[in-house]
Amino acid sequence: MAMVEKSAPSKLRWGELEEEDGEDLDFLLPPKQVIGPDESGVKRVIEYKFNEDGNKVKITTTSRVRKLANARLSRKAVERRSWAKFGDGVHEDVGARLTMVSTEEIRLERPKAPAGSKEEESKTAGDTLSQLNKNTFLMLCRTCGKKGDHWTSRCPYKDLATQAESSFPDSVKPAASEAAGKEAAAAAAKAAYVPPSMRANADRSSVVGSDMRRRNEENSVRVTNLSEDTREEDLRELFNPFGPVSRVYVAMDQKTGVSRGFGFVNFVSREDGERAIRKLNGYGYDNLILRLEWATPRKTN
Amino acid sequence: MRPILMKGHERPLTFLKYNREGDLLFSCAKDHTPTVWFADDGERLGTYRGHNGAVWSCDVSRDSTRLITASADQTAKLWNVQTGEQLHTFNFDSPARSVDFSVGDNLAVITTDPFMAFTSAIHVKRIASDPSEQTGDSVLVLKGPQGRINRAVWGPLNRTIISAGEDSIIRRWDTETGKLLQESEPEVGHTKQITSLAKSSDGSHFVTGSLDKSAKLWDIRDLSLIKTYVTERPVNAVTMSPLLDHVVLGGGQDASSVTTTDHRAGKFEAKFFDKVLQEEIGGVKGHFGPINALAFNPDGKSFSSGGEDGYVRLHHFDPDYFSIKI
Repeated sequence: MAMVEKSAPSKLRWGELEEEDGEDLDFLLPPKQVIGPDESGVKRVIEYKFNEDGNKVKITTTSRVRKLANARLSRKAVERRSWAKFGDGVHEDVGARLTMVSTEEIRLERPKAPAGSKEEESKTAGDTLSQLNKNTFLMLCRTCGKKGDHWTSRCPYKDLATQAESSFPDSVKPAASEAAGKEAAAAAAKAAYVPPSMRANADRSSVVGSDMRRRNEENSVRVTNLSEDTREEDLRELFNPFGPVSRVYVAMDQKTGVSRGFGFVNFVSREDGERAIRKLNGYGYDNLILRLEWATPRKTN
Repeated sequence: MRPILMKGHERPLTFLKYNREGDLLFSCAKDHTPTVWFADDGERLGTYRGHNGAVWSCDVSRDSTRLITASADQTAKLWNVQTGEQLHTFNFDSPARSVDFSVGDNLAVITTDPFMAFTSAIHVKRIASDPSEQTGDSVLVLKGPQGRINRAVWGPLNRTIISAGEDSIIRRWDTETGKLLQESEPEVGHTKQITSLAKSSDGSHFVTGSLDKSAKLWDIRDLSLIKTYVTERPVNAVTMSPLLDHVVLGGGQDASSVTTTDHRAGKFEAKFFDKVLQEEIGGVKGHFGPINALAFNPDGKSFSSGGEDGYVRLHHFDPDYFSIKI
């Protein structure tokens, strides 16, 4: 972030400037400015110096000041903090940047999930899945349209996919059967691409599995007045008891990485969301009182 | 966590050391200037200029006033920590490899490499409280082990010195008589060169890392093997958390083969192991080369690693690190 400005001699004439050869002209430079840090910790340091060509260069360094783990320091350590620099540390260049904070978030990567908990996890996942199959059709085969029996990739009728419409018409579409006949004929007639949701065997009443973007807004609960420390994992932990959660999102400030205090939780079933809103609206969480409501769908233009 | 990257060295790092309070971090590298950093934000405080060779090791006194460094220029130097001024130079006939202050900082053990006609040796020097009275005489010189001695540290109450090196045997020496008291059992010990040795914060046990791709935990009093941590790459650096039962191993493939293989094959991670269960907890990635040095902050809340890539990476742990369960 450097930009060159034309040198503007204020009280000296250019002739004198040439003679001194730019060596001792530092007094001409505006003083170093430090702006901030503001409430989000963004600090801006503006320095001026002459480059080799004698042009005045303005160097703006924007950095973010973060408070690190609050450690208790001994008196000696505090004293040492104000020690004068020595050795090569004395004349550190403006742009040297010996110390940088990694832009990459590094995690302690676990080698593998502990064996016990993983088993448990997959078991509970299986449970909720089988439970779901009774009333909602999360598992919908896009090849043959069978609900709650198998995933698309495991469809036993995969090879018959082209004939599917005619060979299993009645078994696969109990809900939209009369509209289906008409559209199946239409689909056979034109070879053009038909989006899955528009296909004959698609169940229009349930958008689950048909449209990724719309599914994200399904049963979305907006959670506001979250504390800054609340992470997505915390929200997941908080909402999991109410039923399967398909998405958790906490809004973060892009510049500072601090939570903006609201988030969204999507439930697989609406009843669970309803229950969560009833229970957790007004719930005290991290010294703040949560506010929950159904998210208003994003406006699409 | 977002590690702090410190690029003060132009050559591979060799050693890292925190002072007692954990507010200063000393780094040694193959370039000739040991550097001191503030351990909280990674700001450079200063450099110690004067060595004329790679600096292999350093130690800082308990009150953080003196620094001692061992260098390949066949000297060990005493420094004023605050000003970077040289207080004394110990001259040897061969490169100095490791240094360690005794409890009380009155003595220092310095190891020297085999060089030309000289064999490797362990020197014990008296450190005067007034630097003007400092002399270069050795109180004790221990000889015997074949090959380089990579690390020598003081045992409990300064009564013993523990040494480990190229011959993969750990030795315990008497500091009064200079006699060799004990050698580690070859059946349970390392099979290849021992590269690093780190004492626990209470000094009751220590961990050694070896090129045989394992690290071992030993009792400092009788050199009995307590635990073994097996990994899949040579271990160059080891350290132990003073707070939790964690052992950290650093390493990677040989520096010479780094450029010929994919970067993922190098496994330049700091590996965390559970000290008791000997199970791997996790890895911290980031270096572009093998890790040569590791150090834990005495408060146990951060650690730093130094790599062949010339970077020191200072990691402040996230809160969830402290609640990891195996």
